[in-house]
Amino acid sequence: MTAYLVKRLIIAALTLVLASMVVFAVMEVLPGDPARLMLGLNASADQVELLRNQMGLNAPLLLRYLHWAGGLLSLDFGRSYTYSVPVIDLVRERIAVSLPLALIALALSTIIAIPVGVFSASRQGRAGDTLAMSVAQLGVAVPNFWFALMLIYLFAVWLHLVPAGGFPGWNAGIWPALKSLILPAVALALPQAAILGRVARSALIEVLNEDYIRTARAKGLPYRAVLWRHALRNAMIPVLTILGLQFAFLLAGTIIIENVFYLPGLGRLIFQAITQRDLIVVESIVMLLVAAVILINLLVDFSYAIVDPRLRGRQ
Amino acid sequence: MTMHVDLPEETIAGVLAKAFGNRSFLIGLAITLLIVTVALVSFVWTPYDVTRLVIADKTQAPSWAHWFGTDHFGRDILSMIMVGARNSIAVALVAVGIGMGIGVPLGALAAARGGLADEALMRVNDVVFAFPALLSAIMITAIFGPGAVNAIIAIGIFNIPVFARVARAGALAIWPREFILAARAAGKGMTRISIEHILPNIATLLLVQGTIQFALGILAEAGLSYVGLGAQPPMPSWGRMLFDAQTRMVIAPWMAIFPGMAIVITVLGLNLLGDGIADILDPKSRRRR
Amino acid sequence: MSLLEIENLSLTIGATPILKGVELTVLPGEVVGLVGESGSGKSMTALTIMQLLPHLARAEGRVTFDGIDILGATEDQMCALRGDDIGMVFQEPMTALNPVKTIGEQVAEGIRWHTKAGRAEAEDRARKILDRVGLPEAKFPLSRYPHELSGGQRQRVVIAIACALKPKLLIADEPTTALDVVLQAQILDLLRDLVRENRMGLLLISHDLAVVTEMADRLTILRRGEVTEAGDTARTLSEQQHPYTRELALASMHLPARPKPHLAGSAKPLLEVEGVGRDYRGRRKSLLRPAQPIRAVDNVSLTIEPAQSVALVGRSGCGKSTLARMILALDKPTGGTIRFRGEAITGKAEAELKPARRDMQAVFQDPYGSFDPRQKVEKLVAEPLHLLEKQPTQAERREMVAHALDEVGLGPRDMDKYPHEFSGGQRQRLSIARAIITRPKLVVADEPVSALDVSIRAQILDLFAELNQKLGIAYLFITHDLTVARAMADEVLVMHEGKIVERGRTADVLNHPSSEAAQALVAAAPDLHRAIARRMQEQG
Repeated sequence: MTAYLVKRLIIAALTLVLASMVVFAVMEVLPGDPARLMLGLNASADQVELLRNQMGLNAPLLLRYLHWAGGLLSLDFGRSYTYSVPVIDLVRERIAVSLPLALIALALSTIIAIPVGVFSASRQGRAGDTLAMSVAQLGVAVPNFWFALMLIYLFAVWLHLVPAGGFPGWNAGIWPALKSLILPAVALALPQAAILGRVARSALIEVLNEDYIRTARAKGLPYRAVLWRHALRNAMIPVLTILGLQFAFLLAGTIIIENVFYLPGLGRLIFQAITQRDLIVVESIVMLLVAAVILINLLVDFSYAIVDPRLRGRQ
Repeated sequence: MTMHVDLPEETIAGVLAKAFGNRSFLIGLAITLLIVTVALVSFVWTPYDVTRLVIADKTQAPSWAHWFGTDHFGRDILSMIMVGARNSIAVALVAVGIGMGIGVPLGALAAARGGLADEALMRVNDVVFAFPALLSAIMITAIFGPGAVNAIIAIGIFNIPVFARVARAGALAIWPREFILAARAAGKGMTRISIEHILPNIATLLLVQGTIQFALGILAEAGLSYVGLGAQPPMPSWGRMLFDAQTRMVIAPWMAIFPGMAIVITVLGLNLLGDGIADILDPKSRRRR
Repeated sequence: MSLLEIENLSLTIGATPILKGVELTVLPGEVVGLVGESGSGKSMTALTIMQLLPHLARAEGRVTFDGIDILGATEDQMCALRGDDIGMVFQEPMTALNPVKTIGEQVAEGIRWHTKAGRAEAEDRARKILDRVGLPEAKFPLSRYPHELSGGQRQRVVIAIACALKPKLLIADEPTTALDVVLQAQILDLLRDLVRENRMGLLLISHDLAVVTEMADRLTILRRGEVTEAGDTARTLSEQQHPYTRELALASMHLPARPKPHLAGSAKPLLEVEGVGRDYRGRRKSLLRPAQPIRAVDNVSLTIEPAQSVALVGRSGCGKSTLARMILALDKPTGGTIRFRGEAITGKAEAELKPARRDMQAVFQDPYGSFDPRQKVEKLVAEPLHLLEKQPTQAERREMVAHALDEVGLGPRDMDKYPHEFSGGQRQRLSIARAIITRPKLVVADEPVSALDVSIRAQILDLFAELNQKLGIAYLFITHDLTVARAMADEVLVMHEGKIVERGRTADVLNHPSSEAAQALVAAAPDLHRAIARRMQEQG
């Protein structure tokens, strides 16, 4: 067990280091002079030099990377050029919106998808399955931000059930804050659930054709018991894989959806930073999101080991 | 006696007969052909000129003159959707091309060589997988400014590990088969076996993944142009049209509805096509019936 | 009263007829064999009794078990019967157990379901039955997972599941086909004992006439969904009233004619293997200790002379296939040298191997897997031609392929077909055509007939013998099946745990084995002659 976990941990750490090098290279090496890029063409040489010193751009490359990476580890991302505050303060404030949104959407999509997948697989080829899978087929094709617009139109503009956008802040109370996250979370979750539901169904159907399912049936277990006790756990392995991959899309989706609903999350922050050429903020948030993707995939690897004893090795 | 997983391979006539009996495939193919035709027609003809702004006609509801209505500059939505199809298809297609062209050889190589080469490729894959297309696009845009080419590059880069992974997994399943041993016993090298035996046998898999990535590419492109990281005005794009529609939802909902439908139908068509191809050619899905 | 009674059973799946008017009875405590070649409908008969048929299957007729009408029974009634009164053992032990549940959970599950026993009590009973099937607590605690067990051990777990509640009827569908002969004998012994202890009826389904003869009191022979003959085992097989019965029996004991046996020592060796070994990286037990290498092949030496036919026999996992691959230069030895026609082939680059590969070809086990499904026969059979110094023209190539096809009993028209258009036996002929197209001196054949039905297998063995006589090709047969060795080999090598433990003339080794490994193989090998004789004797 430990051998597998340690290997996955090392791989995740390696991936993180390589990814950080990519981000560093793209943001600080490729553009030539980030200081010039940030200040624009009209800046004087003195201004540029000042910023270069401020950003530590005059140090050797490797040293700069180590300094930057070391800063990341201690949650020191540097100072935002436009806001003149530490980036970490901006991030801390914004992540309180983005993280709950992503997690609610992830949970919602899983809660919807797994039962639908089980339902469909157990009624394979019948009307219920056909209907559920037709809806899923459609759901996969819907862009989440357009779905969001339609939801706003329906629930906010027509029915006035929820706010059309904005975020009152957690200080305004849990319920008002949550209420403004409902539509964005649904917009994010449903298309994801469609994908996940399809995967869950086909994984289950695949597993239901395995020999050991026949063995379990030959024991006298009814179909339903075999489905829940034997098939579902085996089918979780491909479902987890897709769940891990989907998280990356979910993060991207969160960034876009925040713009639809005017939510003050990381997504809004990063687009403001792009327009203002605040490279340090862009770099920090990209790195943060990349780290989140890697972390989730590590968690998926760990959960494989829980589901599948073959990965735990011999006792 | 022994159970064989492989069902007999089909003849071309058999595959065609199956294709014409497969509803997903037929509907998917019809939609895909329709969208491609619309995109091609837009080069020579659109109902209205999409570069001309007619403020007098702004935000008109759908009518006989403007089937899908007009936008806030008085441009015909139908015409814009037609021209936008061009952009969506081009971006997604080139991105799939990049992913396949680089990813498939890498995946096949990793499967053929195994060992260190394989491990190295998988680790690089992990790194690229950590960058969703949106993040790549954000980084590229932050430095080079926005544009359709950036969208292509960002989506294309993300497609590379997808195809590498599919090609590798497919090839790994073929390599231990006895006909590969027979080819090796006949003295054929890794490259020759990969080209003569492996690639034709994973072609179906790649074709299906190709349609999936094509569909995802259309969605991703729409997302990128919606947040301003894709095609720039005045070039009409579906994502951009939705962005423009957002603030005018109350007065001109058709501005949002029709471009969105265009995306949904295109992606649905491609997904149905992919499902259909998989059903027709993949022995596994046949076995399920 | 019979325990199981099948009357006029017909089965269709979709529009395809599978069974036609099948009749079969099993009395309490009786062993009945159901014999047939692939596609004869044996397994479907078993699944009909269990009512575990695939969708679209429709059964007509009468199936009565213990007074219950099976075809009319509800799903709830069937659930009560399955695993309690009827147990079933399947062919493929490697996939028959759920990989994510412990063997204890899987055995106890059926007990709990049927008896409503508590967890502790069910586990107690599971422990007892596992002990009984030969998986003692010390080595096989209930917490073991299937992947920690070998194929034979897994089959014991499956038997434990099926027999946990002492069913009245046990159905065993090819329970030993996936196992080597020694394991087969052990599993058959276990089944025989369990049947006797619990007075179970046993329906044993097998393609192997010898296995069924050893086990069954009565047998039923199925062919294309119809019963051709049924009756007392000894009488049916000694009288062989029905021509199909005779055909099966003859094919099972077939010895191909080889009028010119090879004379040892007549020429200098074609292939010399000297002290060859192969280590694989073992599995790491802990992070700190390096993994112990697994020695698959250990210091093996052997020689094959031109036109000589040698069989390399051994249990599964003994290293014989690894050795074959090293001889074919598909795998690199960790130590030792392999010389072909006096020239070393070990450590050579692929380009330098061309002349050796030309003269050394291979035939593999699986007639379905050994052809690229996307290429036509012409291209497939011609594949080794690229080893020739001078590449043949298109017309020459077709000529050569046609000639090779003719030699294996196929026609030139078969050239433009795809492999799926051929039957299993025909595909093995294609394999052989591909192997002889370069006029090799040696053909290495890895279990070339073990996936074939007996009648086809006899024909393929004849073809091997004929080519040996006509073209003077030497053979190395890799097999766990002693009948193949007896039929085809001048000399037998017995391999055990990576080493060659015995070698000698075929008749000497098979009739008077001296090593323990060879004795075990010979004792365990099912033999139709012997089985019939024993049965006749028992019955007087």
